[in-house]
Amino acid sequence: MKLLVAVKRVVDYNVKVRVKSDGSAVETSGVKMSMNPFDEIAIEEAVRLKEKGIATDILAVSMGVTQCQETIRTALAMGADRGILVETDAALEPLAVAKMLKALVVREGIELVIMGKQAIDDDMNATGQMLAALLGWPQGTFASKVEIADGAAMVTREVDGGLETVSLKLPAVITADLRLNEPRYASLPNIMKARKKTIDTVTPADLGVDPAPRLTTLKVSEPPVRKAGIKVGDVAALVDKLRNEAKVI
Amino acid sequence: MTSLLILDFDEHGIKQPSRSALAAAAKLGEVHGLLAGAGIAAAAAAAAQLPGLAKILVADDAAYANALAEPFASLIVSLAGQYSHIFAAATAVGKNIMPRVAALLDAQPISDISDVIDADTFIRPIYAGNALATVKSSDAIKILTVRASSFDPVAPTGGAATIEAVAHAPGPVQSTFVSAELSKSERPELTAAKIIVSGGRGMQNGENFGKLIDPVADKLHAAVGASRAAVDAGFVPNDYQVGQTGKIVAPDLYLAVGISGAIQHLAGMKDSKVIVAINKDEDAPIFQVADYGLVGDLFTILPELEKSL
Repeated sequence: MKLLVAVKRVVDYNVKVRVKSDGSAVETSGVKMSMNPFDEIAIEEAVRLKEKGIATDILAVSMGVTQCQETIRTALAMGADRGILVETDAALEPLAVAKMLKALVVREGIELVIMGKQAIDDDMNATGQMLAALLGWPQGTFASKVEIADGAAMVTREVDGGLETVSLKLPAVITADLRLNEPRYASLPNIMKARKKTIDTVTPADLGVDPAPRLTTLKVSEPPVRKAGIKVGDVAALVDKLRNEAKVI
Repeated sequence: MTSLLILDFDEHGIKQPSRSALAAAAKLGEVHGLLAGAGIAAAAAAAAQLPGLAKILVADDAAYANALAEPFASLIVSLAGQYSHIFAAATAVGKNIMPRVAALLDAQPISDISDVIDADTFIRPIYAGNALATVKSSDAIKILTVRASSFDPVAPTGGAATIEAVAHAPGPVQSTFVSAELSKSERPELTAAKIIVSGGRGMQNGENFGKLIDPVADKLHAAVGASRAAVDAGFVPNDYQVGQTGKIVAPDLYLAVGISGAIQHLAGMKDSKVIVAINKDEDAPIFQVADYGLVGDLFTILPELEKSL
C-alpha cells in the first residue's frame, strides 16, 4: 500500500514566539524551524506500517519555501522513501494545501494518508479533514491507535470524554494525535542514507491549484498578559483569600 | 443573514460548549440550531428551550448516531444554502466535522475563534495562544468553530424555538462506529466546571490523585484535571489533560497542584478567573500567572486544604 505523509515546517515548539512590532505576523526570521511535532508522529506511524509489511512506499510531502526540503529530509531520515516539495512563497491555508495534496494523492496512486492533527503555528486543525472531504474518503482524526487489516483502518480516536474507535473503509485519511506513538530519532547512518533519496519539486500551478488565501490577517497581537498575584503563607490564608477576597468558594 | 449552529449533546442535554457557541453566533443575528443523531427527541426538546434560537432542525436517523464525520458533514452541506455562517463549538465533534464541511463548500474554515468582530472578521488564537490573529474572510459562507471558554454560555432555558424535522440521504457507508470507552465520573465535565483541581508531575503517581486531589475536588464540587506531564506519566487518563493539546478551560477557580506551568499547560487554563498555584518550587513559572501562590509540600497542603473547606 502506498502512503503519503504531509509534513509542515513550523517554528520549533521550544521557541517562545514574538509578535512583530508592526503587528503583521509572528516573527519567523532568524527563528529555529522544525517539523511540526504531530507530523513527526505521522511519519513514525507510516514507518511502523512499513516495518509491518503493510506500507510499501512512503511519500513525504511538504509545501512552502525552498527550506521545506530540510523538513522532507528529516522525514526521509526517519524512514520515508521519497519526497515531493510543492515550492511556493505564497502563504498557504489548509484549503489550498488540501487541494494540492488531493492532486498528489490522485497522481501518485496513494491509498492511505497520515498527517498530524494540527500544525502548532496556525493551530487550524483542518487540513486532514479537508483532504478527506475533497477525495470523498472517510477520515479518522485525532488517532491514538491505528490498525490496518482487511481493507479497513481501525482507528481509536481521542474524543472529549475518552476514546472512540471507528472502522474506516480504505482508502482513508488519518490524523495523528499526541499519543499515537513516540517518534524515533533518525540515526546517523539513516541521515546519510536520506541524502541519497530523491525530492522532486513541483509548483501549485503544476498541480492546477490557485493557492490564493481566503483569509486576510488584519492584525496579530500579543494576548493580554496575566499579572502574577501574591504568595500566601499557609492554607488558612489561602482559604480566607478565596472566600473573602476572590469570592470563588 | 442567518447562522446555523451545530449542537453537541449528550444524555444530560445540550453541552455547555454549544451554549457558548450560541452566544458567539447570536452576535450576528438570527440563529437556527441543528441536531443530528438517532432517537434524539429529548435533546431536541432541550435545544428548543435555548434562548436565542429561532428554529431547531432535527435529523433523527440511525446514520447520524455517533456523529460520524462523513454522513454528518454531508447533512450540514445539504442545509448550507440558506445560511451565511455555520458555527459549532470547538469540541471533538466540531473539530472533526466542520473542516470537512468547509472543504465541501470550497471555504476556508476559521477554527477556534475567541471573538466575533463583525460578519466577516474574527479573532482566533494562534501559536498555542501566544498570539491572537484578527482575520477577515472573503468566503461566501463562513465555517467557524468557537473556543467555548471565550464566550459566556447562554442559559439552558428561557427560549421557545420551533422544531422542524429534516431528512437527507446520508450516502454510502464509509465508516462505522465500533466502540467507545468514555470515562465515567460523578464530577462535572472539565470544560463545563466552575472549579477545577489539576495535578501535575508533582503528584508522583495516579494513586495520589485519588488520595489527595479527589477529596479536595469533592468538597468543591470541582472537576479534576491534569498536566500533560501527569498524563504522559500514566497517572490519569488523557481526557484529564488541560493544555494546548488537551482541553482549553476557563473556570472561576483553577487550582494547579504540583504543576510547574509549561507554556503548553498555561495555554489551556490562563483565561481562568482565579488561579491558585501550589508548588514546592517557588520559582515555578506557574506562579507568574497565579493570583494566589502557596509554596510548600502538596502532600501536607492538600489534606489540610480538604479539612478547611
